[in-house]
Amino acid sequence: MMTEDTIAGISTAVGQSGISIIRISGPEAFSIADGVFKGKESVKLQPSQTIRYGKIYRDNGDLLDEVLLAKMAAPRSYTREDVVEISCHGGYTIARALLDLLYQKGARPAEPGEFTKRAFLNGRIDLTQAEAVMDIIQARTERVSKVAARQLEGALSDKINGMRERLIALLANIEVNLDYPEYDAEEVTLSQAYEETTAVIEELNRLIESFRYGKVLREGLEVVIAGRPNVGKSSLMNRLARKNKSIVTDIPGTTRDVVEEYVNIKGIPVKLMDTAGVHQTEDYVEQLGVERTLKAIDEADLVIILEDAARPEESFDPTVNEKVCSANKPFIRVFNKIDLMSQEHLSELKKANPQALFLSVSEDKGIEALEESIFAFASENRQDADNQVLITNTRHELQLKKARDQLSAALEAINGGMTLDMVALDLKGALEELGRITGHHADEDVVHAIFSRFCLGK
Amino acid sequence: MDEFIGGEYDIIVVGAGHAGCEAALATSRLGLKTAVFSLNLDSIANMPCNPNIGGTAKGQLVREIDALGGQMGLSADETFIQSKILNRAKGPAVYSLRAQIDRKAYHAYMKWVLENQENLDIKQAEVIEILTQDKKVTGVRVHTGTIYLARAVILTTGTYLKGRIIIGHTSFSSGPDGLFPANELSDSLRSLGIELMRFKTGTPARVNRRSIDFSKLEEQKGDDQITPFSFMTETLKENQVSCWLTHTSSKTHEIIKDNLHRSPLYSGDIEGIGPRYCPSIEDKIVRFADKESHQIFIEPMGLNTQEMYLQGLSTSMPEDVQIKMIQSLPGLENASVMRPAYAIEYDCINPTQLKLSLEFKEIDGLFSAGQINGSSGYEEAAAQGLMAGINAAMKLKNREPLVLDRSQAYIGVLIDDLVTKGTREPYRMMTSRAEYRLWLRQDNADMRLTQLGRDIGLVSDARYDRFMRKKKMIDDEMKRLKETMLTPTEETNAFLARHNSARLQAGIKLYDLLKRPEMSYEFFKEIGQASDLPDDVIEQISINIKYEGYLDRQMNQIQQFKRMEERRLPKDIDYTKIQGLCLEARQKLSSLRPESLGQASRISGVSPADISVLLVYLESLKRKESSKGESHVE
Repeated sequence: MMTEDTIAGISTAVGQSGISIIRISGPEAFSIADGVFKGKESVKLQPSQTIRYGKIYRDNGDLLDEVLLAKMAAPRSYTREDVVEISCHGGYTIARALLDLLYQKGARPAEPGEFTKRAFLNGRIDLTQAEAVMDIIQARTERVSKVAARQLEGALSDKINGMRERLIALLANIEVNLDYPEYDAEEVTLSQAYEETTAVIEELNRLIESFRYGKVLREGLEVVIAGRPNVGKSSLMNRLARKNKSIVTDIPGTTRDVVEEYVNIKGIPVKLMDTAGVHQTEDYVEQLGVERTLKAIDEADLVIILEDAARPEESFDPTVNEKVCSANKPFIRVFNKIDLMSQEHLSELKKANPQALFLSVSEDKGIEALEESIFAFASENRQDADNQVLITNTRHELQLKKARDQLSAALEAINGGMTLDMVALDLKGALEELGRITGHHADEDVVHAIFSRFCLGK
Repeated sequence: MDEFIGGEYDIIVVGAGHAGCEAALATSRLGLKTAVFSLNLDSIANMPCNPNIGGTAKGQLVREIDALGGQMGLSADETFIQSKILNRAKGPAVYSLRAQIDRKAYHAYMKWVLENQENLDIKQAEVIEILTQDKKVTGVRVHTGTIYLARAVILTTGTYLKGRIIIGHTSFSSGPDGLFPANELSDSLRSLGIELMRFKTGTPARVNRRSIDFSKLEEQKGDDQITPFSFMTETLKENQVSCWLTHTSSKTHEIIKDNLHRSPLYSGDIEGIGPRYCPSIEDKIVRFADKESHQIFIEPMGLNTQEMYLQGLSTSMPEDVQIKMIQSLPGLENASVMRPAYAIEYDCINPTQLKLSLEFKEIDGLFSAGQINGSSGYEEAAAQGLMAGINAAMKLKNREPLVLDRSQAYIGVLIDDLVTKGTREPYRMMTSRAEYRLWLRQDNADMRLTQLGRDIGLVSDARYDRFMRKKKMIDDEMKRLKETMLTPTEETNAFLARHNSARLQAGIKLYDLLKRPEMSYEFFKEIGQASDLPDDVIEQISINIKYEGYLDRQMNQIQQFKRMEERRLPKDIDYTKIQGLCLEARQKLSSLRPESLGQASRISGVSPADISVLLVYLESLKRKESSKGESHVE
């Protein structure tokens, strides 16, 4: 019974290594991997127990990461099922994005301890370890559910429960019409069901959309350092990274034009991106580099525009400034290398740029003030984000999307002239998906609602 | 008491209500020597409450009973006086058949069937004690002292155990309908270690038809074309009566509000737990204060009586308030009350003490079915009675019990709910309780269950032949529809246009054409493409085709469900010793001892993680077993 579906999960501890390993296990492991991985040959054709280099692409063709992919065909794997392990660049963001992709392709999120469970059930792990396996399952589940419960507190759970309530009310009314056809409960018409379902879909869409805001909090603020060559972008980044405890260090690959660092600034997780080096190479590469920089700015939460205090005119980057302006991005203008100029020049410059920050990376002056600014921005941003309902768990997002699919099916059923009993089937499916987030059973809730809302009896 | 051995039986059934009749008929038809005991033989298969059988979910139960070879559907077809399919417009998953029954005729017919059944003795006596030896049933003792020996006993005591009737502030020891209660058996059950609960239900008043002004009532007629309950019934009588509808008036509500203090429900005189779905009229008016009026259906109790049943007016108010209430209803201003409404309290068992076969986990050979298990309704009782009868018989024949799961039948949902989750109020079947209700339809009950009934030995040759013929007709016609292409001729397109269906550009299979919502199999006659088939066959075919997508999805869900059901849990697991289980799960599993992983997963307090742990535990057991086996070989 264990080889019925394919699961995926992160098998390395997040934040403890420069590389994350995503494990996929189950009968569809190879075909799911083939859905996202482009290497010299397909995963299906790749011999077992070998490792291949390749790239992961999103569905729209965007490159997500360069990875190494290890293939292990059943039974020569940890779970004794077909297994693929993808080593991607560390950092939560990429690993998570890759997992999302795999879920889209049909993998199911692995339950806590599920790889180990499968390993045991398929005879991989010795009998003497059975109890340890059971403990792992329970302990991890407790941990995960604690985290999930914390995430579910407050606004998100209110939102989901609100939608459940709406669906339960609708379903209870439909069910009472079906189960008690002779009682004078108001009949739900198909058009009423359509309207209410559409309303819940819209609410779901907003919640799914809010997932993006949720990410800021969870994965940190994305800060891009941009500017002309030689203004000191890399040194600023290194300085910030060295001073603050680096959470995960990405490996700056030679083909990667944007270098990332995860740092912790005054308790706020920040993903720093340095667009270093892009302007120093030959023309056509430079063109590519500029594009990547602009894209990074587009996706950033905050841009640090770095200029050279000693030569402000030359170091002004019109491309970056225009982009920041047109994309309406929050930015901090920072002048570096104040150690290389006279006091008079500096005060003049300060007068001309009252909003800007002035610092010297090499003499470690003014770094604190920059951190202060980033923190202040992040705090503001956090408040903003708190007002949104935050989804901080991929599983939740996945369940929400499944619920939305079921509701869409209900609309389709109504349009296709299906009867109320079929529509109820879809609606109940949606309710079940939402219930998987909050831990409720659809059937019991609906039966309860029927009795509490409607007046029935002999 | 004069103690002597009055007889020796394979099986004794205690009670001859709807559960008892099915149980006794099943065991005797399966060749086991059976005795059924009733406090009063004139109350066999009595309907002390509503004079009808079927309705939503209940109609499905009756069809399932019939498909397995039970009696209720046949008896109902024989004695109905009005018949109706409910939910015609709402879809095939919820079509439900309901019939008004002549109460006396039903009793008389059922008694006649019992009397003529081979292997079955019918006895009027009160069973006061269940006899056991080493936690194994040996027989029963009746009130006269006589002992009857048996290898298995089925309890179907309904609402008779320590029955107490309450009307206003008057209460007295009684069974339903003024019959004697059974006051002694409860203590015997308790001494066997069985946990009892106290439930409450009620029934409305009956009035004389001659005192009703029908000109103020709305008539409710039966269907023109009558559908039988039984798959064996071919010709049916016509509707002979109508039901009638009236509404509570503002005056009714006033009377009730003014007299609430006189209702024992509100003064605390009733301790039993009543069902939420069956509240008394005072309950409805308190809980749904903003509802200005409630429907009251007036239903005939039979052909040879003027008694009419007032559905919707269940109450435990004192008699004087009842009369005022009834006479405040339009059309009933001069109503003459023949029997007042009453509430009844009774002892029942906590059904979680039962296995899925309805045998007590702790007492070998003792089975229990019907209202004593905490259910409500004739159909729910009959369904359990049939299953308890089958399983008592299977036990004595050393065969595996027949346990229907939630994906096979409403009967499975009913029993699983009772046994796994227990119930805190009289349990009524509803279609919303069934996860797979699109599959558990009334039209395909035979396709789902008749083969099982045949394997058990309860389905006669005649029934089986009929079933096989129907099955073949369905299969053949499905095949023909899949193979027959319709080409886009002018004739075809004219036919489609007549039914507002899109023109054909290319050929289409009849099968795919029937999928169009506006298409109906009947229309195929116009183009000479309909076979001459019985209605029930056409219905099956149409549903299979039109709802194929939904059915496929349901089948997938059922397959997943089955995988968990098929993982059996050994009887002797010591859950307290399984470290990985959380404490609550350990306690619940120890006391309920589920039979499969699937059943375990439905126990409240058992989490998916606990199920994973159990899975790992089962695997380690298996490996220990097999390594033992190997060392044995060495």
